[in-house]
Amino acid sequence: MLMKRLVLAGAISLLAGTAYADCAFENKMEIKSLTAGFAAWKAVTDAMAECGNVQAELDQEFRKKQPDAFAANPSLYDIGGVANSTILPLLAAGTIRPLDDYVAKYGQQLKPNQLIKVDGKTMAIAMDVNAQHLMYRSDILGDLGIAAPKTYDDVLAAAAKIKAAGVVDYPLGGTYKTGWNLAEEFVNMYLGNGGTFTDANNMPTINNDAGVKSLETMKALTAYMDPEYLVSDSTYVQQQFQQGKIAMANLWATRAAAMNDAAESQVVGKVTMAAAPMGSVRPASSLWWDGIVIAKNISDAKAEDAFRVAMEGIDKDMVQANNDVAVWLIDGYVPGPLAAGAAATAAAGAVPYPASAQMSIMHTALGNGVADYLTGAKDAKTTLADIEAAYTTAAKEAGLIK
Amino acid sequence: MKFRTFAIFVGPSVFMMLLFIAFPLISVFKQSFYVTQPVYDQVTVETCTPGFLKQICTSEVKSQPRLDANGAPVTQTRFVGLQSYRNVLEPDRAWAALSRWDLSTLLTIDFWKALRFTVMFTLVTLPLVLVTGLAIAVAVNNATKSLRGPLIFVSLLPFIITPVIGALSIRWLFIGDGIMTAFLEWALGHNISVFANAWAIEALMYFYRVWHVAPFAFVIFYAGLQTVNQDTLESAIIDGASRWQRLRYVVIPHLMPLIVFVSLIHLMDSYRVFDEIVGFASQAYVISLQWLTYDLLTPDDSGTRAISRASASAMLTMIGIVILLIPLLRKTWRDHKSQVH
Repeated sequence: MLMKRLVLAGAISLLAGTAYADCAFENKMEIKSLTAGFAAWKAVTDAMAECGNVQAELDQEFRKKQPDAFAANPSLYDIGGVANSTILPLLAAGTIRPLDDYVAKYGQQLKPNQLIKVDGKTMAIAMDVNAQHLMYRSDILGDLGIAAPKTYDDVLAAAAKIKAAGVVDYPLGGTYKTGWNLAEEFVNMYLGNGGTFTDANNMPTINNDAGVKSLETMKALTAYMDPEYLVSDSTYVQQQFQQGKIAMANLWATRAAAMNDAAESQVVGKVTMAAAPMGSVRPASSLWWDGIVIAKNISDAKAEDAFRVAMEGIDKDMVQANNDVAVWLIDGYVPGPLAAGAAATAAAGAVPYPASAQMSIMHTALGNGVADYLTGAKDAKTTLADIEAAYTTAAKEAGLIK
Repeated sequence: MKFRTFAIFVGPSVFMMLLFIAFPLISVFKQSFYVTQPVYDQVTVETCTPGFLKQICTSEVKSQPRLDANGAPVTQTRFVGLQSYRNVLEPDRAWAALSRWDLSTLLTIDFWKALRFTVMFTLVTLPLVLVTGLAIAVAVNNATKSLRGPLIFVSLLPFIITPVIGALSIRWLFIGDGIMTAFLEWALGHNISVFANAWAIEALMYFYRVWHVAPFAFVIFYAGLQTVNQDTLESAIIDGASRWQRLRYVVIPHLMPLIVFVSLIHLMDSYRVFDEIVGFASQAYVISLQWLTYDLLTPDDSGTRAISRASASAMLTMIGIVILLIPLLRKTWRDHKSQVH
């Protein structure tokens, strides 16, 4: 068995080494990329590698290296993978280049929707969108006669029924791990309740009724979760789903394909993708995109090659081979049932994650502060006031508040 | 020894200490009094991002860092005095809570929450490490010769494991339906969630640190036991001293300098507790001073780090270690002086 696998792995790597055929041109220059490590990036960087001389680095902690690596001269990487928020330090430091000329020359197949424009200049090419949306076990909800939940009140009512029926360990799962994940859950909930995070002078504006309501909904949900919710991240929730331990969760669209992966999942075909539950104003979710940037501190010729390689990475062939891995923005994508949740969330009016320097500081303050309310150490008003105080201190130190 | 010979022996070490300890320390000390920040301009920017079907363009006033001619952000550095220390210590809130004798509010402020855990962690694990280490050393010393080798090897194993890996393995044993949790649930017959309780996480951390460091104390004490004067021990036996009395009045006084040494090392190490916080992902319940510095230094999505507050927090951690070490250092100094006279 092992031998067979080894031979197979060897054969595959040989194939990968010689498969230049799919690339439109032969790349002569050494091109390096630094991106996140999830499945969509794996697909894109594998497609880039078909052009030859491409060295791809996939790292979930890329956000910690990227700003410094791109600030070096020459830049340590030519192609960068970014999202709404991680493009900010690169924009702020001016270490990525405008792509308009390259788009005109090599990017006719790109849709206008894919061009990330800042001040009229194209600074990044988006490839997919991602959002947290509701996933639920249609078999369980069907057996118990529960209609698909539309709001968080519906979710709570459904959770109560599922708990009473005792068919799963915990009715709900949640990506409530302290830090980035927990903050993202608050951001979703608060955006759903129509809140804004900072005002025109960068002062915090979360200590209000929408903030309190968001916290209260979050706490109500935790009553139906695994009590260890403060250490559960996206992967943990995904596994709980796959092992049939939970019935509903607000989970990332990029995790949808894993539900139907027969090698890992015991619930193949039983999980339905639906829109994120409505807050009082709009869906309690935020839209994210992933995309590609090209470094500024490299020669123009190299940048041009890097762009052409990147275009090969996000071309039609790649999408057709990896249709269900992400909700692609690229031409040739056929939205399947796995993308229905993200599509419905966007259609219902979810807004993009409000990425900015002050929002990043707010995100950190929320990640450190929200847990105090959930554990009962503070009441809602005090929690929000303390998060605002932590934000103000950090924003002053960063120079965003005079 | 001639001064020249002395200088040649000590020189490289002094140079390294200056380069890798003294200068960074001075630089951190200086940074804690200054704040470096980019200069922001309020500008209107139109940003277009993808929606699922059509693009969403928004035009809004944003704070944008000012760039110089080379495209690098313009920064300015200001002297802020003790402001960064005030930001870390939050003296107003701390004092308000203290004057009401409201300890639970005081312990929701990051620094004080971290200080409470760090000090307690240090002081609780110290005696446990000393006692466990000594107990293992005495036990191994009394075992038959043929067993000693394997016993020493097995006892040393926890110390060889990389701290973060050790913490992670313990976490995996207990998190969710991990092996240990599943076993406990089976044995006790009800559902257990170890990582939902602050006290349970904290107890696991104490247990883990003692398990990990006791072998170090054991090795030192075991070496010390080999040098106990056998004549004194024999005469104690003839005088009718029990096993406990021999340990209390002969062995422990003999090991005292080693006990002080192990305590010094352990105090310095455990005051910098960090691996446990990361390994157990316990930020929601328990944080330590070293973790606080790390958290301030971690860049957020926009690449912003709180370097000034991190420097202040690092300096405060160092001051804490020095204060903890003073009693032990004074004892060593007194012993040293009494030996000289």
